[in-house]
Amino acid sequence: MAKRVVIDPITRIEGHLRVEVVLDENNVIKDAYSSATLWRGIEVILKGRDPRDAGFMTQRICGVCTFSHYRAGIIAVEDALGINPPLNAQLVRTLLNMALFFHDHIVHFYQLHGLDWVDIISALSADPKKASEEAFKYVPKGYEPIATGADALAEVQKRVKAFAAKGDLGPFKNGYWGHPTMKFTPEQNLIALSHYLKTLEMQRIAAQAMAIFGGKNPHPQSLTVGGVTCIMDLQDPSRLAEYMTKFKELADYVNRAYYADIVMAANAYGNEPSVVQANNLGNYLAYKEFQTGADSWLFDASGYIENHDLSKFYGIDESKIAEDVTHSWYKDTGFLKPYDGETNPEYTGYVDGKSINGEGKEVDAKVVNEKGKYSWIKSPRYNKEPMEVGPLACIAVNYAKGNKKVKKVVDEFLTQTGLPAKELFTTLGRTAARMLQAKVIADYGMEAFNNLIENLKVDQTTVAPYEIDKNKEYKGRFIGEAPRGMLSHWCRIKNGVIENWQAVVPSTWNAGPVDGNGKKGAYEVNLIGMKLADPSKPLEVIRNIHSYDPCIACAVHVMDVKGKKLGEFKVDPLYGSCGV
Amino acid sequence: MLDINKVKERIESLKKLPSLGRKSVKEILEENGFSRRDFLKWSGALAVSLGLPATFAPVVADAAEVSNRLPVVWLHLAECTGCSESLLRTDTPTIDDLIFNYISLEYHDTIMAAAGWQAEENFEEALKKFKGRYVLCVEGGVPTKDGGDFLTIGPDAETGLSKLKRTAKDAAAIIAVGTCSSFGGIQAAYPNPTGAKGIHKVLNKQVINVPGCPPSAKNIVGTIVYVILFGQLPAVDNFNRPKFAYGMRIHDLCERRGHFDAGEFVEEFGSQEAMDGFCLYKKGCKGPYTFNNCSRERFNQHTSWPVQAGHGCIGCSEPDFWDSMAPYEEPLANHKFESINADATADKIGITILTLAGVAVAAHVAISAIKPPKE
Repeated sequence: MAKRVVIDPITRIEGHLRVEVVLDENNVIKDAYSSATLWRGIEVILKGRDPRDAGFMTQRICGVCTFSHYRAGIIAVEDALGINPPLNAQLVRTLLNMALFFHDHIVHFYQLHGLDWVDIISALSADPKKASEEAFKYVPKGYEPIATGADALAEVQKRVKAFAAKGDLGPFKNGYWGHPTMKFTPEQNLIALSHYLKTLEMQRIAAQAMAIFGGKNPHPQSLTVGGVTCIMDLQDPSRLAEYMTKFKELADYVNRAYYADIVMAANAYGNEPSVVQANNLGNYLAYKEFQTGADSWLFDASGYIENHDLSKFYGIDESKIAEDVTHSWYKDTGFLKPYDGETNPEYTGYVDGKSINGEGKEVDAKVVNEKGKYSWIKSPRYNKEPMEVGPLACIAVNYAKGNKKVKKVVDEFLTQTGLPAKELFTTLGRTAARMLQAKVIADYGMEAFNNLIENLKVDQTTVAPYEIDKNKEYKGRFIGEAPRGMLSHWCRIKNGVIENWQAVVPSTWNAGPVDGNGKKGAYEVNLIGMKLADPSKPLEVIRNIHSYDPCIACAVHVMDVKGKKLGEFKVDPLYGSCGV
Repeated sequence: MLDINKVKERIESLKKLPSLGRKSVKEILEENGFSRRDFLKWSGALAVSLGLPATFAPVVADAAEVSNRLPVVWLHLAECTGCSESLLRTDTPTIDDLIFNYISLEYHDTIMAAAGWQAEENFEEALKKFKGRYVLCVEGGVPTKDGGDFLTIGPDAETGLSKLKRTAKDAAAIIAVGTCSSFGGIQAAYPNPTGAKGIHKVLNKQVINVPGCPPSAKNIVGTIVYVILFGQLPAVDNFNRPKFAYGMRIHDLCERRGHFDAGEFVEEFGSQEAMDGFCLYKKGCKGPYTFNNCSRERFNQHTSWPVQAGHGCIGCSEPDFWDSMAPYEEPLANHKFESINADATADKIGITILTLAGVAVAAHVAISAIKPPKE
């Protein structure tokens, strides 16, 4: 008799997500379902708005990849209007984007994903001196470890010990401490725990790096259709130096802590089956990102690979992107291309069922309707095939295309860890690829900064002029990489206002439900075959899902009905809605 | 008038409550290399930013020390997690971080280690164990259309609306963190397809609103400390926003204010005027209509704020700003205004500025005539 485990909420992610797994008698996952449990409807709200406003509204899709949707909303409109922003503006956008990726990736690994790998309680029994020596083993050549001196580690241990001794772990309460798939030694746990705390400090620096030219973080505010507004900051050498200094500090941290801890994880978790189980979905899709000069990119590949085959790279054909809603809570349409999306919410809810609970007992629960609709996320497909997107796809596709920077960083990592390339296509590899992406940025990202300085010597332009002709119809799109993978925004403009808007978001590609052809997305299909040590504590599933870095608010904003135009504005800034 | 003796009484009563079992903030700080002096300095600074007289500094310190008695439950509804992210960036970072961590964070689904059944167990236990004593912070608007089906949480697929009401019932205080939980936010913008609302619309208890998209961490932490100090919510304006943070317009302390008074405006982004730091009113800055402390506090440890980065304010801490302040890069004057009070004034101002830049000083007088919301 098949057993089911409902995991809702999946915590330590952005947004609201449920995952259900169906187990056989040996606790091996036979089937899996991913269901997003919140819908906000941001695209319908965009209809009828001034195209210049779109970026500010799409930005609010997500406060984590807080720059990605802002930039995407602005660039989609620029593409529609035929605007080519000046090089200064494009490079400043790269600077903001690099700060975002640093922030996002380190916070993901330590604060969100980290507690799947690091057993805080175990760290309390570590020998700080031994741990301090061990830390030297994992850093890349030419670097020394950071925040792992015996004094620092003893201090961390003391602090956490005192905290744990009081018996109230606050946010760490009821974690999966002591779980059989936790593989770090006490010393390794202590090293990672020290970096968990250090990252809280480093992420503030990443946020500041964005705020220098972005005005603030989260939700920067210095992009405008046509360019960037931070012209005064660009004229100020001290502001430029501020960025440079913070960038270097972050790049240093990526190498000395993030890289080292992933090498350590590869070392400790290399034999844990749930972590090195091969992905069932072998298709990976990515788009070029991080413009570093007039015609150069850090990741220059726009395309995909199939069947985990790193020897063949295929270029992208944008017209092959389409979305299906057979199992999504929208009225059926079949596959539709983003420009022509047509969607109406149709919530059918969950059905009565059973789940193994936290005590291992089978209890009543609401479960997904497997035959029907069960998620607010759509199912995007490329040429009707599911694709995984994200840092792993970016690294794999660029590797396949022969990107020299990526090849160098990846090959060095594989050599240092002794992992074969195929191990990249696992939970461990997905988590490692995110770090490798951060390392490529850390090692080569200053190119963008240096080219900006060179260009500023001869060119002060920050904004390209444009006009919106109310009698013309426009359509345009943005495609690029967000921290969680390939992101695209597609818009139509008519009568000077937004006629239609659609975002096809990384977590939509990965977390979407099975499509009308019965093909499952990455979250669902890659869980199949995984064995759980204890169904009441499904850490293996949580670790696997976290390896994608889910961002569910991003994934479920999607809707493009033929809504009413925004003909009237309720303008009441002081005495508005509060009913006072 | 603030009565320091009442506050002291309140703190004494808090001290008598059973501890959550952790050390005091002071002890934690000392363990982390902060001296008593550092702590008092921080308390003094916080007292000032809360708008309290200097005599309150030691009381603020006392209050922070008893903050370990304050369990916090943090709910995420229809949101983007930007407010939690903002909190991660806390100003005067290390100490604020400790304060935040030190408040017993019983449930916060972005940070907590537990997931699924284990997470729900933590939630139910907190509600029971700290009944009537926990502070509820809510991030995100609450979808209400179709019974709130647009958001469910947990293995029983409870709606966000139901979970919010249940959690609010026994909360000692409720803080709406961010514009979404305060006023509905982006998902409540026209045509509001999910019927999203600010949480005060569905609760029959007092809610303090800390709006902003996202609000600064200082405003969030300041509000929580105020609750500890007084055992009640701080003085608020007519949108229930704490006055210490939302008592002044962005415009009042703006660094480009001199250019506004002199009638010097940016007409185009990227222009010489933009390079010279002229006023952004004509590029849509909503600073004159927006009550917040951005121009004073800035963001990310005072690194910058939108106006410094050359873009106007979009009014993100005002109710309905997504509709009422749009388009964000045009002055409000480009719209027709139907309401009779503030709107008519704003209309006049905008037209004055657009047509007669030379009489901007007069316009300034008119803008200043918009009074802060009544207490």
